[in-house]
Amino acid sequence: MTTLDSSKEIQKNNSEVNETHEDFRMFGLITFLIADGMTFAGFFAAYLTYKAVNPLPDGAIYELELPIPTLNTILLLVSSATFHKAGKALLKDKNSDSQKWLFITAFLGIIFLICQLFEYFHLPFGLTDNLFASTFYALTGFHGLHVTLGTLMILIIAWQSRINGGRVTSQNMFPLEAVELYWHFVDGIWVILFIILYLL
Amino acid sequence: MTISIDQQKTNNESLQPKGWLRYFSFSLDHKVIGIQYLVCGFLFYLIGGTLASAIRIELASPMSDFMPRDVYNQVLTLHGTIMIFLWIVPVVNGAFGNYLIPFYVGARDMAFPRLNAVAFWLIPPSGLMLVASYFVEGAAQAGWTAYPPLSITTPQSGQIIWILSVLLLGGSSIFGGINFIATIIKLRRPGLKLMQLPMYCWAMLGTSLLVVLSTPVLAGTLILLSFDIIANTGFFNPVLGGNVVVYQHLFWFYSHPAVYIMVLPAFGLVSEILPVHARKPLFGYTTMVFSIMGIVVLGLVVWAHHMFTSGTPPWMRLFFTIATAFIAVPTGIKFFNWVATLWGGKISINSAMLFSCGFIINFVFGGITGVALAQVPFDIHVHDTYFVVAHFHYIVYGGTVFIIFSSIYHWFPKVTGKMLNEKLGILHFIITFIGFNLCFAPQHWLGLNGMPRRVAEYDPQFQFVNQISSLGALLMAISTIPFLINVFLSVRNGKDAGDNPWNALTPEWLTSSPPPVENWEGEAPLVEEPYGYGKKISEQK
Repeated sequence: MTTLDSSKEIQKNNSEVNETHEDFRMFGLITFLIADGMTFAGFFAAYLTYKAVNPLPDGAIYELELPIPTLNTILLLVSSATFHKAGKALLKDKNSDSQKWLFITAFLGIIFLICQLFEYFHLPFGLTDNLFASTFYALTGFHGLHVTLGTLMILIIAWQSRINGGRVTSQNMFPLEAVELYWHFVDGIWVILFIILYLL
Repeated sequence: MTISIDQQKTNNESLQPKGWLRYFSFSLDHKVIGIQYLVCGFLFYLIGGTLASAIRIELASPMSDFMPRDVYNQVLTLHGTIMIFLWIVPVVNGAFGNYLIPFYVGARDMAFPRLNAVAFWLIPPSGLMLVASYFVEGAAQAGWTAYPPLSITTPQSGQIIWILSVLLLGGSSIFGGINFIATIIKLRRPGLKLMQLPMYCWAMLGTSLLVVLSTPVLAGTLILLSFDIIANTGFFNPVLGGNVVVYQHLFWFYSHPAVYIMVLPAFGLVSEILPVHARKPLFGYTTMVFSIMGIVVLGLVVWAHHMFTSGTPPWMRLFFTIATAFIAVPTGIKFFNWVATLWGGKISINSAMLFSCGFIINFVFGGITGVALAQVPFDIHVHDTYFVVAHFHYIVYGGTVFIIFSSIYHWFPKVTGKMLNEKLGILHFIITFIGFNLCFAPQHWLGLNGMPRRVAEYDPQFQFVNQISSLGALLMAISTIPFLINVFLSVRNGKDAGDNPWNALTPEWLTSSPPPVENWEGEAPLVEEPYGYGKKISEQK
């Protein structure tokens, strides 16, 4: 993750008083991500409770294959690294390098989503088949929604970090840093999800 | 070249309409947003109050003769939802929080003004949607708790609109919470220490932590519930192998802290009002702070005391009984601190003070029945009876709504620059206090004798006591009339208040009334002792 430069100060334009305050947008984002994480925590708690107290009914199918999700885990972890590269490049004013890394990150995100859809279409159970199937789709779907939003935001950031007229520059790193933090958060959630849903 | 947020804001500000029109605009001024929250919340309070009157008219006779049973269910669901999500939570957090917190931390606005406006403007559409759902196949009927399987089997459209509306209101609440945390922690004026903040800041910090940690869980739960209703999944549907108790756990993980989201800010507000009108420093500032934080922590781990009859295992009952009983300790500390603040003070008997004292009296009643309800054997006896209804109305009406009125009397001069009429204010208090106690005190007896809540019909032996209760409700409805007359008359021809009619020391009184757009003409004042009453000027720093 690129440096979270929270000591960066915002100048306030006022004719009478000249006041500055810290840039706390990152603080707000972190608070929001804690809230978002609590939503996932609720889903995980529900899933684990179901696992503990609601046995799978006779004849119900709930089997998961490991290869695709493992590939997906690797994809997301690599994409975190490429995003990091993009931030580093932008900090050195290498905008086109940064854009290249951002597009690679977005590409990895899209591959992740395609793999996820491929898995959905080849699973032996549907949304309403049984409790575990429903919980599986709800959890992975909610996470997939986060990945979709993240990918869109990465594409916007990539467009905005173009050399001529882009608004994301080494002087204005916040949009990139914010999306990066969000992306790492989504990765982290996936790792927990992978452990709880597929490995446990 | 960077464009700072504040610069954008200032540019935007010049395009804003002036005068009363600004209250209907996407204004970024925290004071305008605070008033928007308050007035919008009060309109919904009138709707919710009308529904409550309809409930009490129905319950004046044992048969369901005033309205059909399913309409009764819709009315009680809308009453609960509107009062909680559209009146108390937005007003006691959003309205007073937005108006006061920037003053208290010495800032010119909230940390994220734009997010603040978005948070407010989510409220009117979702509220209107909720009210309008009555006309589409009927509103939700499953109570404000929306327990499955009831919420799955009742007509779908009303329930889905209810879920959507509560999700939007939850989102608004989370945005507000993020904003308050950032404002209190990050936007404090240089030189102002955390332990010098007025108590309302601490209460809002605690409340916002609860909002941020627990509201998302409700959102997730309601999304799962909507899947059950729309997509026919079986998360909470026993027929499809689901588990209703999981819903209850997730729901109360939000909705127990929601009680503190409704009452902690009121604790903060009363701690601001009492010292001013008793001319004494707030007793036990540090213990107050720690008891707020204690309530926040304990409030997150007591939710299953709402579920003692849901097949909860004995160890869980034991744990949640003990944890709930512990909450009485910090709450008791706060209560004794307020009494000690009043003790020996130079008390002025005015509307704000009367409503605050009314709060203390009612809140003790609600607190005692709360501790009683935490005990499993007693709770099993009175679960889902009118005893519970009486208990939580003593907390949310006798507690929080009394403080909302007290705060309106206290801060009206600051907001408008005019004083409210004291005679009408005292009349308002007397009718409200008598009406409230007449309405809800008899319900303890009804509950102990087994009258179930949420049912349109009841055993004829309870008729007389129910009629007393309905008479109280009538008085409560009447009590809004002097209040509304008072507000309308005072806004037009009230006595000029001056900048500081109460001689208060907290920062919002150190600016003009009404305050200018960015709160202070010059630099924000540094108030190191917000409660330094009763000292000579020379002793104050």
